[in-house]
Amino acid sequence: MAIDSVTEGDVSTRAIALGADPGAKKRGPKNWRPLLLLIPAFVIVSLFFLAPLADVFVRSVTDPQPGLQNYQWLFSTPGNLNVVMRTFGTAILVTFVCLLLAYPYAYLMTIVSDRTRNMMQLFIMMPLWTSILVRTLAWMVLLQDTGPINSILAAWFDIGPIPLIRTTFGVALGMSQVLLPFMVLPLYSSMAKIDKRLLPAASNLGANPVTAFFTVYLPLSKPGIFSGGVTVFILGLGFYIIPALLGSSKEIMISAMIQQQISVFLMWGQGTALGIFLLACTILILVVVSRFNKSGSLFPGVDR
Amino acid sequence: MTSKRLLGIFAVLIVIWLIVPTLVIIPMSFNEAPSFNFPPKGFSTRWYENFFTDPNWMKSLFASLQVAVLTMIVATTVGVLASLGLSKVKFRGKGLMEGYFLLPLIVPGIVLAVGLYSLFLRLDLLGTLPGFVLAHTIVSMPLVITNVMASLQGLDPRLEQASASLGGGRVRTFFSITLPLIAPGVTAGALFAFVTSFDEVILSLFIQSPSLQTLPVKIFNSVTQTNDPTVAAVAVITMFTSVIVMLVAQFATRKRKRPVA
Repeated sequence: MAIDSVTEGDVSTRAIALGADPGAKKRGPKNWRPLLLLIPAFVIVSLFFLAPLADVFVRSVTDPQPGLQNYQWLFSTPGNLNVVMRTFGTAILVTFVCLLLAYPYAYLMTIVSDRTRNMMQLFIMMPLWTSILVRTLAWMVLLQDTGPINSILAAWFDIGPIPLIRTTFGVALGMSQVLLPFMVLPLYSSMAKIDKRLLPAASNLGANPVTAFFTVYLPLSKPGIFSGGVTVFILGLGFYIIPALLGSSKEIMISAMIQQQISVFLMWGQGTALGIFLLACTILILVVVSRFNKSGSLFPGVDR
Repeated sequence: MTSKRLLGIFAVLIVIWLIVPTLVIIPMSFNEAPSFNFPPKGFSTRWYENFFTDPNWMKSLFASLQVAVLTMIVATTVGVLASLGLSKVKFRGKGLMEGYFLLPLIVPGIVLAVGLYSLFLRLDLLGTLPGFVLAHTIVSMPLVITNVMASLQGLDPRLEQASASLGGGRVRTFFSITLPLIAPGVTAGALFAFVTSFDEVILSLFIQSPSLQTLPVKIFNSVTQTNDPTVAAVAVITMFTSVIVMLVAQFATRKRKRPVA
């Protein structure tokens, strides 16, 4: 057969590519047999991902009795609204910190040599290789009242121990460190596509560097800001380990509250209603953003 | 020029902030005093000795390795099959199906954890080996699929066609042509799956039982309930395990980018 004439969309040659017997080819272009390969993954994801989520939803409207009382409780208790506001506030804060830190870093990656860029990328990836738990443990050591940061503050500036751990500051610091790579990578990939001649062109036309940046460069890097921002924000909303270990038990976030309702108070209905609320927020943000940002992927290489 | 230098200094500070804080855990693990105070006093390997002689810690290390290896095998096998299926056929809803498999990456871990807890309570899977492996497979498989799909995209379909036209059966073509060509992606995916399982905390916290706790669960419980500096040694050991595995994965994908002659 003439291999050169094979095209990508030609389904019948794909059947041959699969090593299907010639008889299968005659059955027509609809070769469905490779679909069988999807079955194991489909079954596992359905049984151990979709079913558990459905279970969460069902519990939220049936426990302790059928009805919407859990959601009523969720929206009418002032303490809950505080937790929600705190969670969103922290996620927004972390997203901004990451954007401010990642933007110059990603920009630098576009103007350095290939070797330096590879190094810079490696440095961004390396923290992802260490578990969040280990990194949180390290922050616990550093931030505690008798830790090195407070010792230095006491020795050099003569200021008594400043509470760093069990504060929003500690949580935001730890979360930003963990989430920064998820901001740098999409930013870099969108900046790498920007034509480097545009900025000199803008300054030739009389724009000062600041104007050139805000009117030319920043708008062109928007897809990266969007997808990095969304990733960091939705991952930030669901964080559990870092707030649990670096935060204060009095200022908990949604994740910790879910855990508390279910494991401590055995209030399955209320805990699962909070879970569905968190999930709904995540999905809503993704849907809204994918409307605005057609080019951005819904699944940037996320690693929880 | 000066602005580039300024950016350079900024980047160095970022790298220090990303990497250095984690390293404090290494001197802590050799602390002689039974405390988490930094800088540590004296030098001692007692926490490592503690770890390797304490049957409880050893049990959870063994449990973690067992779960991670099994998760790697299940997630890689199922993930490779699914990637092949997705790459071979065009059908309506294919994008949806792909999205369905990747969905576990964006759902907040705590929500899935609660769901699995509830489900496993009913199915009597709490604290069991199959329970852990299935839960970890859910969050590991997307990483296998993304890596394998990326390799499959770079695969020249004519090679498989050539094999088929030379009489290679479907299975033979897969094992002697396709698999060797996508091996870097499969290897990277498998190693990602191993590390994801080895480091997984949230799901494991909910599905643990006194009889089966993975290492991260034991670390978390130890940090929140006791003040045992042994965790510093354990943290260093898990850190090096994941870093070494990920370096190997990085090496595998590096090779993939080299043009095939």
